[in-house]
Amino acid sequence: MSVTQSPAQGLTQDPPRARGAAGRPPGERSLAASPSTWFVWAGMAAFLVFLLGILVAVVVDSFGRSWFDTWLPAEWTAEWYASSWDRFDLTHVVGVTVGVALAVVVLSVLIGVPAAYLLARRSFPGKRLVNVLFLLPILMPPITFGIPLATVMYAFGLGRSVIAVILVNLVPSVPFVILTMTPFIEQINPAIESAARMCGAGMRQVFTRVLAPLLVPGILAASILVLVRTVGMFELTFLVSGPQSDTLVVAIYRAMTSAGGGEARQLVSAMAVMYTTTMLVMLVAALRFVNPTQLVAQVKEARDD
Amino acid sequence: MTAFAERPARSTASLRHRLAERGIDSSLWLMVPALVFALALFVYPFSYGIGLTFQPSLATQEQWGGGVLANYVAFFRDPFVFDSIWITMRLALPAALFNVVASIPVAMVLRRKFRFKRLMTSVLVLPITLGTVLTAQGLLIFAGRQGWLNRFLLATGLVDQPVQLVNNYTGVMFSLIITGFPFAFLLVSSYLSGIDPSLDSAARTLGAGWWQRFRRITLPLLAPGLATTFILTFVLAFSVFPSARLVGDAMGSTRVMSLMAFRAFGEQNDYAMASTIALMMGVVELLVVAVVLAWRSLLYKGSTGGKG
Repeated sequence: MSVTQSPAQGLTQDPPRARGAAGRPPGERSLAASPSTWFVWAGMAAFLVFLLGILVAVVVDSFGRSWFDTWLPAEWTAEWYASSWDRFDLTHVVGVTVGVALAVVVLSVLIGVPAAYLLARRSFPGKRLVNVLFLLPILMPPITFGIPLATVMYAFGLGRSVIAVILVNLVPSVPFVILTMTPFIEQINPAIESAARMCGAGMRQVFTRVLAPLLVPGILAASILVLVRTVGMFELTFLVSGPQSDTLVVAIYRAMTSAGGGEARQLVSAMAVMYTTTMLVMLVAALRFVNPTQLVAQVKEARDD
Repeated sequence: MTAFAERPARSTASLRHRLAERGIDSSLWLMVPALVFALALFVYPFSYGIGLTFQPSLATQEQWGGGVLANYVAFFRDPFVFDSIWITMRLALPAALFNVVASIPVAMVLRRKFRFKRLMTSVLVLPITLGTVLTAQGLLIFAGRQGWLNRFLLATGLVDQPVQLVNNYTGVMFSLIITGFPFAFLLVSSYLSGIDPSLDSAARTLGAGWWQRFRRITLPLLAPGLATTFILTFVLAFSVFPSARLVGDAMGSTRVMSLMAFRAFGEQNDYAMASTIALMMGVVELLVVAVVLAWRSLLYKGSTGGKG
């Protein structure tokens, strides 16, 4: 319990020294004015400038015509979007991306939440082993298990199919749901379930009528994170996908590396802007539901156990 | 309880009941889908991959010898493949170290309350969603020869020639920092927020300066969390693949292990060799993780936060 709450408390509780000059002990310099703090702010500013530069450069590039030796493109146009949509058949690519992401979210929640419930509430023989088993896919580099997995997919004739893309994306997603949901379930008072059982509810009723409503925020948070991860997952998808089952990231990568120096840069930029916009919308939605630091702390604590 | 003690003698309690006492009952069915999933999609392919490494292709056997171990012989003997370990390390270790060290002051500054705090945190966390592919495209444009960064450096007279910042080691390093730093920052700030602020206040009451407080109070409490953060950022940086290809020098200074594994898999269709490289990748990574974990186990792990 304290584990899941402490980070949030730490964020809201403020160390006394930060409450302005009046609260400072005599003779103490304000932290905000110290050179080291300014140095940190400068570093952050540099990072943000870089970040903004990267983002804005792609956006400007996607709207510009003939941008070579100047600060800004000579002419502006929106036609790169239309042509990249046609050129890369983005209707299909976006359809595949959305379909794969939704399927992965639904499947990983369906598989992961019951397992998380057991890991949170019960002790049973081999529990430690099961924990390790669900931890490994997150700790290992995706390529390490991705290549054998892709080999198996090709051996089963699933290579380059949408099913294969969904299956490989489940490998990190299910453990991720389990790791996020276990601490979330732990903080629900077990007495509520006992009360429901006393009142005659069966296992299924406890799940659908009592637990599910309580779990909705957690499931929502985990779903959005899995969605973001799946849409952004490059390595695993890339290993098994083909022209008909590429997701948006992989399509961008292929366009950047295709033989003959790649596609026109602006086409790729337009595609990248569309991708980033989608991701940002999803992330903003995610941040409305979850406090990121708290979530990571929960995941982390679950890992250590 | 008496029934439990006398169980071996007379088992009036049903088998079901006795199993339930040990935590085995019908609710364990809830675990079955997840277990089936883990066995079918993780354990089986992984064992299959390990088996595959001992079935080298004829070409590998002829070139490197060593019978069933030909893949491993090739891995250790072929400098083009073997050197990729050091190339990966030269990228991943500094990147992970930088990300962790740089997140400490940022997390400490952002821990205090001020306006736009949430906005600031969100902006720092944003790059997580950008993904390596978009970061690569942005870096190519922003830091390329004609990019804004070089134009700025030329305009301010800091350099005479456009600096080569992409398609080399620097480009990949930039990309690793941009995607890895937000992640490290997120973890470090959550560990930091777990440390009781009153400890710091107590030290201050006793007259400790900020460096003493950091060195003697915060850092020891934070160190295990830092170790964990280092491991997780290292794992991210270690499997760098798209950026090494897109903003790096894929056949030269950024010829990382994952690129070599993919080359064997996608371009040479030598699944056995690809699995070998992938497996060795896992081994190398686990070695680093084990070293850090061993060091971490020496650190203080008390009841107050930050322990990770």
